[in-house]
Amino acid sequence: MIEEQTIIAVMPETLVAETRKMRDQGYRLVQICVTRLGEELQLDYTFDLNRKFVNFRFLQPKIGARVPSVSGIYWCAFTYENEISDLFGVQVDGNALDFKGTFYKTAMKHPFIQDAAPASVPAPAKPGDK
Amino acid sequence: MAFFQMKKMILAWTFRKPITTKYPFEPRKICPGSRGRLDIKISDCIFCTLCAKRCPTQALDVDRENKKWHIDRLRCISCGYCVEVCPKKCLNLTGDHGIPTVTKDMETF
Amino acid sequence: MGTRTIIPFGPQHPVLPEPIHIDLVVEDEKVVEAVPSIGFIHRGLEKLVEKKDYIEYVYVAERICGICSFIHGQTYCQGIEEIMKIEIPTRAKYLRTIWGELSRIHSHLLWAGLMADAFGFESLFMHTWRVREQVLDLIEATTGGRVIFGSCKVGGARRDIPPEQMAWLLKELEVIEKEMRLIVDIFMNDNSVKHRLCGVGVISREDAILLGAVGPTLRGSGVADDMRLLKYAAFGELDFEPISKTDGDSYSRCAVRCSELFQSVDLIRQAAAKMPAGEIAVKVTGNPDGEFFSRVEQPRGEVVYYIKGNGTKNLTRFRARTPTFANVPPLVKMLAGCELADVPVLVLTIDPCISCTER
Ligand code: SF4
Ligand code: SF4
Repeated sequence: MIEEQTIIAVMPETLVAETRKMRDQGYRLVQICVTRLGEELQLDYTFDLNRKFVNFRFLQPKIGARVPSVSGIYWCAFTYENEISDLFGVQVDGNALDFKGTFYKTAMKHPFIQDAAPASVPAPAKPGDK
Repeated sequence: MAFFQMKKMILAWTFRKPITTKYPFEPRKICPGSRGRLDIKISDCIFCTLCAKRCPTQALDVDRENKKWHIDRLRCISCGYCVEVCPKKCLNLTGDHGIPTVTKDMETF
Repeated sequence: MGTRTIIPFGPQHPVLPEPIHIDLVVEDEKVVEAVPSIGFIHRGLEKLVEKKDYIEYVYVAERICGICSFIHGQTYCQGIEEIMKIEIPTRAKYLRTIWGELSRIHSHLLWAGLMADAFGFESLFMHTWRVREQVLDLIEATTGGRVIFGSCKVGGARRDIPPEQMAWLLKELEVIEKEMRLIVDIFMNDNSVKHRLCGVGVISREDAILLGAVGPTLRGSGVADDMRLLKYAAFGELDFEPISKTDGDSYSRCAVRCSELFQSVDLIRQAAAKMPAGEIAVKVTGNPDGEFFSRVEQPRGEVVYYIKGNGTKNLTRFRARTPTFANVPPLVKMLAGCELADVPVLVLTIDPCISCTER
């Protein structure tokens, strides 16, 4: 085991208050991450203080996920929040610097909640064909 | 604080031979153990298709019936995974990095 | 008060090796606000885990970035090993440490060269890269690749460094260290370099933590936080102190990186002396089932991988938060209030690696 990783379940409603507590204790926001679990999205907010790892976690539905922004507490959260709204379609309320879906210029909307396209890598060219 | 700290180094290198080489005319010194072009000793190959199955970029195509082994050189990333899995040890990565090409052809052995 | 003008910076700019775009709102010669915009080369590598199995993905993880490629592979492998409860041989841990530190040296030298280029010191740039080339030769001789090492796999290492080669490596390293001393002396003491770096882009200790800065950007502001203290790989058995400088300006970030060059040389020496003989890899069977946040210190700072497996050969989720992504908000803060002429220098002090950022 490299390190202890504490995972705490929070509610979207209490997220902002809990995050403020972390900031007051001097934690650093490490990342915000979304994982698709079937029809649900799992949101992770990771904090670190002197290499002590704390993670907040809650679930949201795949379509119509909505979370409050923590960018009022950690301004740097704007990058992560734009990322999750562009790639996963999570609506973030009150982002300090909202790019409105233009942070990543992707060909399709919310690519990371789409199902994987069936054909994977094109088969290698057979000898003779160009 | 020193003024133009670099003068010593610049002065020293003024009288030295440049360390760059005239590349296409002067071949590059090849490091032993460098992973370059994939080479096959086709006489040892048993066409088991293991290498083609494991190759992460699908660069290989092994034809069991006709006993042919194909490689798409532009797909190969010289990772050496096929070399590791080959049961007959007939594959190896040479230090040579191949020549430029303008067409995407499969090479056949 | 002058009129406000918006000047676009990038995505193509002489100092930028990779595309990032920043809209600079300037008032006369002063930047008052900066709005970053990335996403020009988003490759969706995180989504690719659905198509590649977890062993093949090592090669993809290594290609997230060309400069810290080895450490990306290492972070990924460590994460998978942690989920699958694989204990890798001690020799493999030491090998990973040595290669990781070699890649740190080459990355910092690369950065130093680009930095010299950014403030217009062309000859210093050339000489820094001359030294970096010698480091790349060491890497090529020990792993077979110059930038993509390809020597890390789930379960250990794919290549060994035999003792004779190790002795040769250490001897070469001595030569390189001497050369690096000359180069670092210029970076630290030359007045034209200092003129461009001292007092530029100051980030206070509190700001650095709040803005989520990592790596040399964080340590340059006086926070001695280094993920190597987590004692992954062989760092638990080696003796080192994270380097930090308190000024928080470009010069102290540069000083941190310069000192880390020698710290890495020292770590390689220690690791070479302590490296035990033995196996370099264990056999891996089964599929990962579980989750882990894998954290490793890259040359640019802490990288976080979130890996979640579901018992099949494809992972459910792979997420990489790379150091440059975390260093964008501090950069934006630094840019607000700086002179227009300092923008290239400031963009480079966070050591931006855009392909990392966009996975
Ligand atoms: S793995 Fe070796 S023996 Fe099998 S097909 Fe490939 S080259 Fe031939
Ligand atoms: S070296 Fe790697 S990429 Fe090239 S053919 Fe072998 S397995 Fe495929």
